Amino acid sequence: MKDTDIKRLLYTHSLCIFSIILSIFIPSFFLENFSILETHLTWLCICSVFVTAVNLVLYLVVKPNASSKRSSLSFKVTRFVKCCVYFLMSCFTFHVIFVLYGAPLIELVLETFLFAVTLSTFTTVPCLCLLGPNIKAWLRVFSRNGVTSVWENSLQITTISSFVGAWLGAFPIPLDWERPWQKKVSVGRGGHILLNITWLMRGGLTIQTRAPGHDSPHCWRL
Amino acid sequence: MRLGSGTFAACCVVVEVLGVVLFLRGFFPAPVRSSSSSKHQAEPPAPEPSAGASSNWTKLPPPLFSKVVIVLIDALRDDFVFGSKGVKFMPYTTYLVEKGASHSFVAEAKPPTVTMPRIKALMTGSVPGFIDVVMNLNSPALLEDNVITQAKAAGKRIISYGDETWVKLFPKHFVEYDGTTSFFVSDYTEVDENVTRHLDKVLKRGDWDVLILHYLGLDHIGHVSGPSSPLIGRKLSEMDGVLMKIHTALLSEERETLLPSLLVLCGDHGMSETGGHGASSTEEVSTPLLLVSSAFERKPGDIRHPKHVQQTDLAATLAIGLGLPIPKNSVGHLLFPAIEGKPMREQLRFLHLNTVQLTKLLQENVPSYEKEPGFEQFKISERLHGNWIRLYLEENNSEVLFNLGTKVRRQYLDALKTLSLSLSRQVAQYDVYSMVVGTVVVLEVLTLLLLSIPQALSSKAELEVPLLSPVFSLLFYLTFLVLSAVHVIVCTSTESSCYLCSLSWLTAGGVMVLVSALLCAVVSALTKVLVRGKLLSKNAAHSNSRWSELDLLILLGTLGHVLSLGASSFIEEEHQTWYFLVSTLCLALCHDIYRNYLPGDDCEPQRCLHVEGGFDGATPALQDKNTSSAVLELNRGCKSPSSLGTLRGYEKWMVLASPWVILTCCRLLRSLNQTGVQWAHRPDLGHWLTSSDHKAALSVLAALSLAVIFALIQRRCSPASKVAMALGLLGVYCYRAAIGNVLFPWQQDNKDISKGILEARFVYVFVLGILFTGTKDLLKSQVVAAGFTVKTVGLWELYSGFVLLAALLLRPHNLPVLVLSLLIQTLMAKFVWKPLRHDVAEVTVMHYWFGQAFFYFQGNSNNIATVDISAGFVGLDTYVEIPAIFLTAFATYAGPVLWASHLVSFLSSEASR
Repeated sequence: MKDTDIKRLLYTHSLCIFSIILSIFIPSFFLENFSILETHLTWLCICSVFVTAVNLVLYLVVKPNASSKRSSLSFKVTRFVKCCVYFLMSCFTFHVIFVLYGAPLIELVLETFLFAVTLSTFTTVPCLCLLGPNIKAWLRVFSRNGVTSVWENSLQITTISSFVGAWLGAFPIPLDWERPWQKKVSVGRGGHILLNITWLMRGGLTIQTRAPGHDSPHCWRL
Repeated sequence: MRLGSGTFAACCVVVEVLGVVLFLRGFFPAPVRSSSSSKHQAEPPAPEPSAGASSNWTKLPPPLFSKVVIVLIDALRDDFVFGSKGVKFMPYTTYLVEKGASHSFVAEAKPPTVTMPRIKALMTGSVPGFIDVVMNLNSPALLEDNVITQAKAAGKRIISYGDETWVKLFPKHFVEYDGTTSFFVSDYTEVDENVTRHLDKVLKRGDWDVLILHYLGLDHIGHVSGPSSPLIGRKLSEMDGVLMKIHTALLSEERETLLPSLLVLCGDHGMSETGGHGASSTEEVSTPLLLVSSAFERKPGDIRHPKHVQQTDLAATLAIGLGLPIPKNSVGHLLFPAIEGKPMREQLRFLHLNTVQLTKLLQENVPSYEKEPGFEQFKISERLHGNWIRLYLEENNSEVLFNLGTKVRRQYLDALKTLSLSLSRQVAQYDVYSMVVGTVVVLEVLTLLLLSIPQALSSKAELEVPLLSPVFSLLFYLTFLVLSAVHVIVCTSTESSCYLCSLSWLTAGGVMVLVSALLCAVVSALTKVLVRGKLLSKNAAHSNSRWSELDLLILLGTLGHVLSLGASSFIEEEHQTWYFLVSTLCLALCHDIYRNYLPGDDCEPQRCLHVEGGFDGATPALQDKNTSSAVLELNRGCKSPSSLGTLRGYEKWMVLASPWVILTCCRLLRSLNQTGVQWAHRPDLGHWLTSSDHKAALSVLAALSLAVIFALIQRRCSPASKVAMALGLLGVYCYRAAIGNVLFPWQQDNKDISKGILEARFVYVFVLGILFTGTKDLLKSQVVAAGFTVKTVGLWELYSGFVLLAALLLRPHNLPVLVLSLLIQTLMAKFVWKPLRHDVAEVTVMHYWFGQAFFYFQGNSNNIATVDISAGFVGLDTYVEIPAIFLTAFATYAGPVLWASHLVSFLSSEASR
């Protein structure tokens, strides 16, 4: 049981990483003038869409918690609508938090919001897939010692490291290297934590690669 | 020796300060000096070089100009003259720059860009060190060789009007002077009128050789309202008029004399985008330098673009222009365009004199001067020059002479440039020995402090300092001997000056004793800790107090901040670090609160787990283990915030909302003042409020802020100080209205602006009264042992006294900073620290973080230019040194001081409960 779970985890994480890498290369076949630095907004959209899609597919295929007893259509629909509402709420909450962290209120709204959407896809979407729109379960997973399965453990680690990665992403902003990528990327002038895609991506990647490695010993001990 | 932890900490701080001072003394570069600089013995000028034939020109060349007028405008930035502002507001100067008989330059000032070191640089040609900033307030007389002293020795008559720094730097040098003080920053008309009123008389009289005018108004406008203020334009037009007046007077006088006269327009330093100066940004170091004289006549179509030169170059040029020897310590080189119109022989002679002076300076400062490229170039050009002189004396073909002369001239100019560059580089030399000793002292104390933390923070708050036994140990004497030997070796071997070696041997021995005693103390403390560590490891199972996420954040944040100071851009933008950390702290507190307070999460462990148990398909064993650990955890969680359940609805909501309120407050404050370097020029609320169009808004804001301050502070004051507080805050508004910052609703017209001395002193009376009551209560609690409540009240009174003083000293647009600081303190104390029961260490670190953040919210930065010196003159008639320094320091550090005093009062009130 554990072994199969860990194997599946490994596959899902490698798929996630693969989807991020694909989102860098595939659009260049369809779109003109596509590059991560120049058209970062498009890339962010595409990346979020890819990650969301992969998560949804995985959820449907792997079904880590096949526990839905009532599977009527209306229940499924309400569940889906609830998920969408939760996702939008998390986007707006993140946006508000970024503004409180110092992102400009009026200028660069689009960048800030897209960053919020990206962070949501990295954190909220997996949670929604795995736990469903159930606040109590979320609180349980993210409190200490509340984890009950390998899947939840991996969820906890990936989500927390996404936050930490986004948080660390603000660090190069005060540096005055005057590199072009810094100007493009940290659009949020004035040290606002904003759109530091490079860092977010790196954070995301390390999360994805780190998570399986961290999981395995933990699971064995359990 | 047993010591209380307070005493121990105080001792450590004192020794730390000693170490830091020693380090700083070694770190600040000692300026390049000529060894024979103390006396101005008249050395014979270097004779003209000649190969074989003897030259007949050994005396100093005669002066080029009969009269020199130096117009120094404080904080004149280069774009005020050469940029669009110059074209708009200084038409006459622009005409001179573009078509007139003049040479224009952009002179680069070396940091520190503060007035006194800049004047020294202009007159001596040397580069003063950072240590001169400290001396900026009470400038002692300048003893170095300089143009003014040389001119006086040559019998020139010098007159100075303007900044009294000149009179202090050059006492008894001027036949006539009128010093204006630079400390009433809010006064920018009278200070210049006091200079201009002498002009007509002096220009008509003409019994002088050098006239120095130092205008301060522009700098004051910059400090008060920044470089984009409309006042700047008006001031520049005024300066243009002054310049025109002087120039026409000089031209009319020139007809009677043979020699032309020289008019110099320069700035001592520039002005940053926020209006201050002191650092090394491009706006601060670029100053215009304009030389106007009929000797610089040019043909039509001769376009001269401003060239980039060093500010130190002016001293050599002035010396040559007045026919004086070049100051010995000057590292600048002659501005060649100024002597371009002279015959070739004189040009070469001037260049030779300058090169000889620079080479002499190089010889005295660089041991291996013969290898310097500048020295080799000098030798070549001197030889070429000698050949040229021989040809010249033999009356050779003029064309050959001219071509050869051009070649020699080019060679000289190259040599000058190389010499000047390598001399300027010499300035950045450190006294490594003193720095090392200072670092060692600081590190030793730090280690001692770290090692004794567990002992000092234990319940007894006492600790054993191993000081006596090591003093009599072998290790101590051995280290002392070795250190003394090293000291002797270092001091006898190096030629460069070293601060520790210049001390008397007794003081140096004291330092060595200190270093070795500290070393022994550290070693013995370390062994003790190791022994105890072994004992502890046997029963380590008992200490399983886990660190919460908040503790981790606090520790990592503080450490990360310290590490970030290793990069200069993080120092420049330190405010970003603090804002970021404080926001993160708020979110972490938010997380903490929600975990403890959300319903259905904590105190119903069993039900929760049963519900979830149904969901999981995990094995029973796993679930069992999990349940037990979860129950343990939740029991712990339930125990600590037991008071939570008892909170009523309103308070609970306040607790849940307070982190978000604090975050919003911080975000608002952030947009009030832009600081740092990279984004300092961006528009902010503070500038919007201070501009004259929004005076009404500022008045409303100030009045509102003062009212809220009263509402927040009065709740724990005694009735007497409540009244004093209210009157004091009224006085603050009256003071701001009197000096014209805010308006009274009943008088919309601008009445005459005073210095508001009466109003400010009225407030000072209440500040002192409140502080006095507070101190009295404190003393009472100490002497009579009246208990904690008296002490708490006393501390709160002291705190409110500081708040009143800060309200008086802070600029009106910064009053919201004070209000929000009080609001955050109240919210934190009432709804975060008390209900969540944070321990003393956490509360202390949080106070420290907020204090630092508020330092930057006030608009301060790590740049000396952002220090608001106008706070030092609130309620003072003239410049009085000690109160001014104290008031400026308090206004600058108001944020940290207020948070520190709040911490003391909060901890005392918590202890009394």
